[in-house]
Amino acid sequence: MAKTKTASKKGTKLKKASQSVKAVPPVAAAAADDDDDLSLEDENVISASEDEEGSEDERRHTKLLEAISALGGKKKKKLAERSEASLQVSEFSVNADGAGEKINLSELLGTMTKTPGTLNKTQKQLKNLQQRKKTLELPLSKQETERIQRGLAYEKTAKEVSQWESVINQNQRAEQLVFPLQQESSAPKRVEQVVVGWKAQTPLEQEIFKLLHNNKQPIHDPVLTPVEEASLKAMSLEEAKIRRAELQKARALQSYYEAKAKRERKIKSKKYHKVQKKAKRKEFQKQFDEMVKTDPTGALEELKKMELARMEERMSLKHQNSGKWAKTKAIMAKYDDSARKAMQEQLEVNKELTQKLVLPSDDEDDEGNKEDPTTLPDFVNDPEPLIDPVNPWMRGKLTNEVSELDTPSAQTESQTTEGAVEVREEDDEENEEETEEEKLLREFENRRKLRQAEEEDLTPAPVEESKTQSQDTEEAGGVSEDEEVSEFNTLFTRLMNSSKGPAASAGEQGEAEGLLEEGLVRVQTLEDLEDLAEDVGAVEPSEPASKPSTETPGPSEEPSEPPSKKNKKEIDPNTVLTKDATSIKVPLTPTVVENEEDHDEQTNIIKEAFAGDDVISDFLKDKREQEEAGKPKVVDLTLPGWGEWGGGGLKPSRHKRRKFQIQVATPPPRKDQKLPAVIISEKRDGSVASHQVSQLPFPFENPAQFETTIRTPVGYTWNTQTTFKKMTAPKVITRMGAIIEPMAKEDLMKDKTAKGPTKEPAIKLSETENKKRKGSGKREKAGE
Amino acid sequence: MKVKVLSRNPDDYVRETTRDIQRVPRNYDPTLHPFEVPREYTRALNATKLERVFAKPFVASLDGHRDGVNCMAKHSKSLSTVLSGACDGEVKLWNLAKRECIRTIQAHEGFVRGICSRFCGTSFFTVGDDKTIKQWKMELPGYGEKEEPINTILGKAVFTGIDHHQSESTFVTCGQTVDIWDEQRSSPIRSFSWGVDSFSCVRYNPVETELLASCASDRSIVLYDMRESTPLKKVVMQLRSNTLCWNPMEAYVFTCSNEDYNLYTYDMRNLTAPVTIHMDHVSAVLDIDYSPTGREFVSASFDKTIRIFPKDSGHSREVYHTKRMQHVICVKWSADNKYILSGSDEMNIRLWKASASEKLGVLSPRERAAANYNEKLKEKFQHHPQIRRIARHRHLPRDIYKQRRELREMREARRRKEQNVRKHSKPGSVPVVTEKEKHIVTVVE
Repeated sequence: MAKTKTASKKGTKLKKASQSVKAVPPVAAAAADDDDDLSLEDENVISASEDEEGSEDERRHTKLLEAISALGGKKKKKLAERSEASLQVSEFSVNADGAGEKINLSELLGTMTKTPGTLNKTQKQLKNLQQRKKTLELPLSKQETERIQRGLAYEKTAKEVSQWESVINQNQRAEQLVFPLQQESSAPKRVEQVVVGWKAQTPLEQEIFKLLHNNKQPIHDPVLTPVEEASLKAMSLEEAKIRRAELQKARALQSYYEAKAKRERKIKSKKYHKVQKKAKRKEFQKQFDEMVKTDPTGALEELKKMELARMEERMSLKHQNSGKWAKTKAIMAKYDDSARKAMQEQLEVNKELTQKLVLPSDDEDDEGNKEDPTTLPDFVNDPEPLIDPVNPWMRGKLTNEVSELDTPSAQTESQTTEGAVEVREEDDEENEEETEEEKLLREFENRRKLRQAEEEDLTPAPVEESKTQSQDTEEAGGVSEDEEVSEFNTLFTRLMNSSKGPAASAGEQGEAEGLLEEGLVRVQTLEDLEDLAEDVGAVEPSEPASKPSTETPGPSEEPSEPPSKKNKKEIDPNTVLTKDATSIKVPLTPTVVENEEDHDEQTNIIKEAFAGDDVISDFLKDKREQEEAGKPKVVDLTLPGWGEWGGGGLKPSRHKRRKFQIQVATPPPRKDQKLPAVIISEKRDGSVASHQVSQLPFPFENPAQFETTIRTPVGYTWNTQTTFKKMTAPKVITRMGAIIEPMAKEDLMKDKTAKGPTKEPAIKLSETENKKRKGSGKREKAGE
Repeated sequence: MKVKVLSRNPDDYVRETTRDIQRVPRNYDPTLHPFEVPREYTRALNATKLERVFAKPFVASLDGHRDGVNCMAKHSKSLSTVLSGACDGEVKLWNLAKRECIRTIQAHEGFVRGICSRFCGTSFFTVGDDKTIKQWKMELPGYGEKEEPINTILGKAVFTGIDHHQSESTFVTCGQTVDIWDEQRSSPIRSFSWGVDSFSCVRYNPVETELLASCASDRSIVLYDMRESTPLKKVVMQLRSNTLCWNPMEAYVFTCSNEDYNLYTYDMRNLTAPVTIHMDHVSAVLDIDYSPTGREFVSASFDKTIRIFPKDSGHSREVYHTKRMQHVICVKWSADNKYILSGSDEMNIRLWKASASEKLGVLSPRERAAANYNEKLKEKFQHHPQIRRIARHRHLPRDIYKQRRELREMREARRRKEQNVRKHSKPGSVPVVTEKEKHIVTVVE
């Protein structure tokens, strides 16, 4: 019974203890959290402490009274005499009474119990504390604590030291190490680093410096040029943030549209897609129409694009019924009506695409071509001259044509003397690059044209023409073709121009105007004027001749395709498209080989297969062969006809044969002479064996590896100089007379940073930016 | 008639100046250069032979001490200066280029136990049997000035070793305790002791500069961290370690020279077994120093030889000895990785080449290329028996040779006996102890 009682008592105690433990935290929490509204408990606690102080206050009060009474007698306060040896001596010569005395907890508690304000709770806690008799654990022995300390310290240092592992491993694996490790980089340093406190002294230096200053080149602070700094400043953090947000939004939108597109693509309804396509086409048509009105050049480009797309489609044989879809449809076509229909449609499209070529050439052909379609020469396939009318280089040899057509004055000039041409060139920026050859070419061309005009219109030839004609007749052979060329070119350029007329006029106008203006400028001086007058006079008769040919207006047509090309080279689909429209072949599936054959069966088969073989006789034959091969052979060195009569049917004499036949000494008997069932190879040479490696050396994993390393030559005899250098590079390089310092912490840091920056450059950038801004802010403050 | 003439561009074959190298057109078609392996093999064989022919490592002997050389130190900033302390308390500074003594100081009474130079190279410290630490100026005293130490600290017990911090003005001494000193103070700022009566050597880690290791007379090696109040760990071996040296390129690796003729390379993170045991000496190993590249180390032994070990290899690649060299007490590897210095009992300091057959001085590019090629060939064909035989051949004094053989026989006998014991006892009762585990008694935390 007693035992149970004690147990129950203990239980209650425990409970109380747990209560007390529970009770404490809210108080502490309240004290910590709320400064403004202190809880009741807190107030009570404070009041209790005040009560404790009360007794002390009384003591102080009496002391004060004493001091005041003493004031009357003496003015100066005597230093408190130290009659006893005590530890506490106040520096203000005031000895606190009872400073050295010990205060028991019980005394303090006594006051607490007396005061009525204290809460029951705290009293309970106190009681619990008093009742608890549990002693604290003994502190660990010194040895134990030291061991623990050592263990911790060791772990810490081991961890710290392990940081080096990566560097050390890296060095171990390195192909080549150059010591000392932290070398000054041999790369050229920036001038700013080399000359820090240098100043421009000589006038030349100063001049250069001035120039550099003007260009805002960095002179002292090489990190960033002013431009770079300005650009850095231009984008503040806020801006960067905004930009980032924008980018994010754009990305989100993109992903949203992608998702949408994906969703739509997955819709299987054909009708839906049809409708969609139609709508798109309509919209595009609308847009295009609008474009034609507002922005003709853009429309033209769009047209070109469309044309290109069509051409590509034609090339790709998309509608040839050879795709995956077509193949499946072809299978279905037998049974399914709709499938057949679809295929039919496809074929029609195909037809349309391939036939389309012929149709436009018929209706779009211009008059010029209609006149003489047969005269078109082969060179129509020459590079398209439309690409860049401004750049003379892009037009091949026929640079003059456009300018000539654009400005009649230019044409006239080209026919004048070379001096005039040069003058013109000086003025004209675009034609500056023309070479002598080109000039000549142009001259020839002009002459030809003139001649042509002459033939056509029977106009009288100009004075100059007679000379050139005589020249031309000399060249006789080449002329006829050249003529053709020029003719074609004129036609062609005219066509180009006319087609361009409405669409690309905006682009060319400026240029034409420029040309005109130049002409005006040129005529400013008197001399020029005179020259010009002469030129005009000389050329005038030829102009009308050329005019009719140039001014024949061609109907507008698509500029991308030279009309002549179409006429000459019609693409015959049947010759180009050799691929059959429908050819579906299903490859035969490989027959499965049965692996589960009976083992016995296999052996039987093998037996059957080798039934006729006589292994033993084979072996014996082998051995005999080897023996034969090992036997020395008589070497016959006789040469018929030497020292004797030669000729057909004659044999060298026996004497001579004996003289020139060399007998080889018989080799030692074979090792397997007396072993009938063994062949021992005689090829192994014992003298070489001492030079050969008997065991596979350590780092190699198989003999093949080792053999390859030995087989690859290192020397300069077999390798180029660079490979040789690379292959023989020593593993460790030290510099003569350089002290090799031990590895330093910087190496570790360097290694880490070398790995680091690629991962998060954005953050770094922002940091530096922040730093910079901080720095600038400071500077601003300083400035203020 | 048209005459066709062979015409060449002279730029292809004419040198611009006579100093240019003649352009030799080469055809690298392998069929034109057959037998590459045999030819290279012959070249390798010749290279190996020449290497042995030119292997003359001894450069110079610096004599002048009047007693055995007990300790040496490298100048931390000058390659040509070496400091040495003798058993009669004399310290000498040597100029290696001129091979002469620059300065002689009677530093201590009794042995000069330890010597080290400050990281800046302006002064050096010595400890001696007279219980003092003295700091000396590196430069010669002016005219009329006396040879006096800058600073003298009188300790309570004999100091047996000293080492200076890599970059701070603290140094460490060992004697009865391991003390860390500030240069400005006359009492140690920290002392470590761990139930040991005396230490023989203490060394700073050159990489992790706050770490220390010391060899104690109770056969233990103790690790310290300067920042901690207690030592870190201790490993007790079967026999005493004389000295140790940290690898200057690998922060956690150190090697100790032991009384049991071996050297042990440890990873400080795992002291239960050494990483490598380096055997070859036939007597106690007295000193060790790492090459500044951290690839090799040199050891000095009581058996009158110096040996060079690759750091991962269990056996030495080179052994240096001369007839007159007695017990080698101290050894240093020069900071440019080219030379080795050994101080021995018979009062001489000897200068050796680190690689015996290397040509000293400046090499022309062609010479260098040839040397590199030869090295490569030797490496390539090192496993071929003829080449290996020649490359490994070294001359040893008769007694050392005999001792080696004796030792090998003893080891073999011991191994055989152990095998027999294991064979004839209950399985599992004689556990297999690896060579690495054999030499370690305990690791104390």
